[in-house]
Amino acid sequence: MYITNLNKKEIEEYLKKGKRLDGRKPFEFREIVIEGGVSKNAEGSARVKVGETEVIAGVKMEVAEPYPDHQDEGTLMTAIELLPLASSRFEYGPPRIEAIETARVIDRGIRESGFLEFKKLCIKEGEKVFNIFVDLVVINDDGNLLDAGNIAAVAALKLAKMPVYDEEKGRIKYGEFTKKELPLSDKIPLSTTFYKVGEKILVDPTREEQEPSDGRITFTVTGGKEPVINAMQKGEEQTFSAEEIEEMVKELEKIFKEQSAKISKQIDKLGK
Amino acid sequence: MTEEKEEIVKRKVVVPGEVIIKGEDYLPGDWTTKEGDSIIANKFGLAEESGRLVKVIPLSGGYIPRRGNIVIGQVKDITFNGWIVDIDAHYQAFLSLNEFPRFISKNDLAEHYTIGDLLIAQVLGIKRTAVDLTLKSRGLGKIEKGLIIRVNSNKVPRVIGKGGSMVNLIKTETNCEISIGQNGIIWIKGENVEDELKAKKVILFVTEKSASEGLTEKVEKFLKENKTSGDKN
Amino acid sequence: MGYTKRSDGRKMDEMRKIEVKVGVVPNADGSALFAFGDTIAIASVFGPRPLYPQHSQDPSKGIIRCNYTMLPFSVTERARPGPNRRSQEIGKITEWALTPCVDLKDYPGTVVDVHVVILQANASTRCAGINAAAIAMAHAGVPMKEMVSAISIGKIDDKIVTDITKEEEDHKEGEGATDIPMAFLSKSGRISLLQLDGMIQTRRLKEAIEAGRKACKEIYKIQEDVLKKSLKEK
Repeated sequence: MYITNLNKKEIEEYLKKGKRLDGRKPFEFREIVIEGGVSKNAEGSARVKVGETEVIAGVKMEVAEPYPDHQDEGTLMTAIELLPLASSRFEYGPPRIEAIETARVIDRGIRESGFLEFKKLCIKEGEKVFNIFVDLVVINDDGNLLDAGNIAAVAALKLAKMPVYDEEKGRIKYGEFTKKELPLSDKIPLSTTFYKVGEKILVDPTREEQEPSDGRITFTVTGGKEPVINAMQKGEEQTFSAEEIEEMVKELEKIFKEQSAKISKQIDKLGK
Repeated sequence: MTEEKEEIVKRKVVVPGEVIIKGEDYLPGDWTTKEGDSIIANKFGLAEESGRLVKVIPLSGGYIPRRGNIVIGQVKDITFNGWIVDIDAHYQAFLSLNEFPRFISKNDLAEHYTIGDLLIAQVLGIKRTAVDLTLKSRGLGKIEKGLIIRVNSNKVPRVIGKGGSMVNLIKTETNCEISIGQNGIIWIKGENVEDELKAKKVILFVTEKSASEGLTEKVEKFLKENKTSGDKN
Repeated sequence: MGYTKRSDGRKMDEMRKIEVKVGVVPNADGSALFAFGDTIAIASVFGPRPLYPQHSQDPSKGIIRCNYTMLPFSVTERARPGPNRRSQEIGKITEWALTPCVDLKDYPGTVVDVHVVILQANASTRCAGINAAAIAMAHAGVPMKEMVSAISIGKIDDKIVTDITKEEEDHKEGEGATDIPMAFLSKSGRISLLQLDGMIQTRRLKEAIEAGRKACKEIYKIQEDVLKKSLKEK
């Protein structure tokens, strides 16, 4: 019923001529629209549209005991739900490997970048810390959930506000918020995933373009004096040459510069 | 079409359960039922009266195959005596090896068409839960190369236009071959990528504006505004 | 004294502000958003399409299948992702509320999948879900005899009120809070959803049902309006 791969051959033909089915260039992203405050019961939330792909992220917090080997740090858990609502590709059931891997890649990027200041989430060393849950939900799947999910997670964290904490009872007063942001650094992690289709490489595929892709590499980057890669993930069966990776890194630097400016601008506007 | 004057009242949008019109003389057409002297809509769409017949023209919903329709589908599976073809309908379609244009043996099925291949076929017949296809007609067979787009099957008549006027306009202005499946799958083949993308853009424009008046003028305007470097004038 | 003033100042028979949108999930055959104040539901519909496994098919007609999911951050304390008994029950009663509307006798062996997701919860989520689902099914072109509209009528202490909030659900004084979700078919006026959680005197049930009917007539107009407007912009 929901025919996929109708244009598999054509996609590769178009790419040979440097074009894509929607007229974009190979390293061109679709329009990104970010909206905040989409779910009030969350400590923070954001809706991100990358073209027609829509992902909503919600931040919830809990108070719990710290891990034994990180007694003075709060924790982060990132999960993504690929709801059947968003595509006939998805079915009900336990998380598919796609959901598990996507969430872990996004989580790794946030964790390794130093964006979230874990030590500042400590309430009482060895006893109580804040646990942060970032739940990503796909509302419409039109490809590139990895990058869209990353932007949504970052935006939701940036727009979140600390809940009121009852020190006496040692509990969060859910529904009551302070004006304080979460303890975040200025190292915003942005991921760019390069997808290989045939012999060509592109970014931000639509679902139709992603179907024939059999290899990808995600780079999660933070800025500063120079761009720094905090996480990488090669996925699917296809292999890459060192030259291809060099080519990707060159494009990555360009993309990161442009995207991070655009996205930070949008998020900052929402924060006001 | 009879000689009688057809009374086409301005179409109105209706929702399921809505009373379209009341009157003993009216007859329930497509997607309507009659209760007492009321004609009730059974689908979301445009209600239309012609003479005494009242029907609803759906603008959404899946393709309903009819005998003789030309459709474009994708081979999903090969059985011992034919191919299972997905035509984006409520049921799958079947192309028997007997409906191949010439005699082929059972062992050669996969050599001719394999899983993933795109075909233009004709609907031979409809069974209760299956559709039979045939390739025994001119212009039918496998599609190689070219761009495929999907539109809602209800919009296909608009994309074709009266007597093919709309699709012919698009073909000329974009210099592309275009084959339209009644099931909403459309094949475009141009001399270059830019022309194909332009044809795609125009067709999608038609489907977006399908419910509006003066569509031909709007399309001509759209074509003028979207001239590419490959155009002749 | 009883419940004389509603916590958010509404009249006893006044609904919260309703927000509706059509086509919020482009991938789906039909989709809609429906919100009662702070309760936001999104529904998407796929089908009719072949139902697998084959033995689940009904050879006499198509069927509908509904799923209800609350997003983890839709409630104040995070809800663990995944189905639970409550969401499964609500999925089933949603299916029962919607089935009388559809006419799938010409589509044997097929299924219409209806997915309801709660983006933000402040009571009445199942009703918001049913309202969104009805719009989404019409939008998808599913053959339907009529529409359906749902509302949560409450009895807060001694008062019958329309569209209760979470705060009202927690009311403890007097007779406490009773939640009565119900759904009415638009043409026949018949009831396809009826539940109760709390207490109501037998003599007062009729009053509650009539309050529901009145509210659902208003909701139907809103559903009808958003569907019609969705074609007009073009």
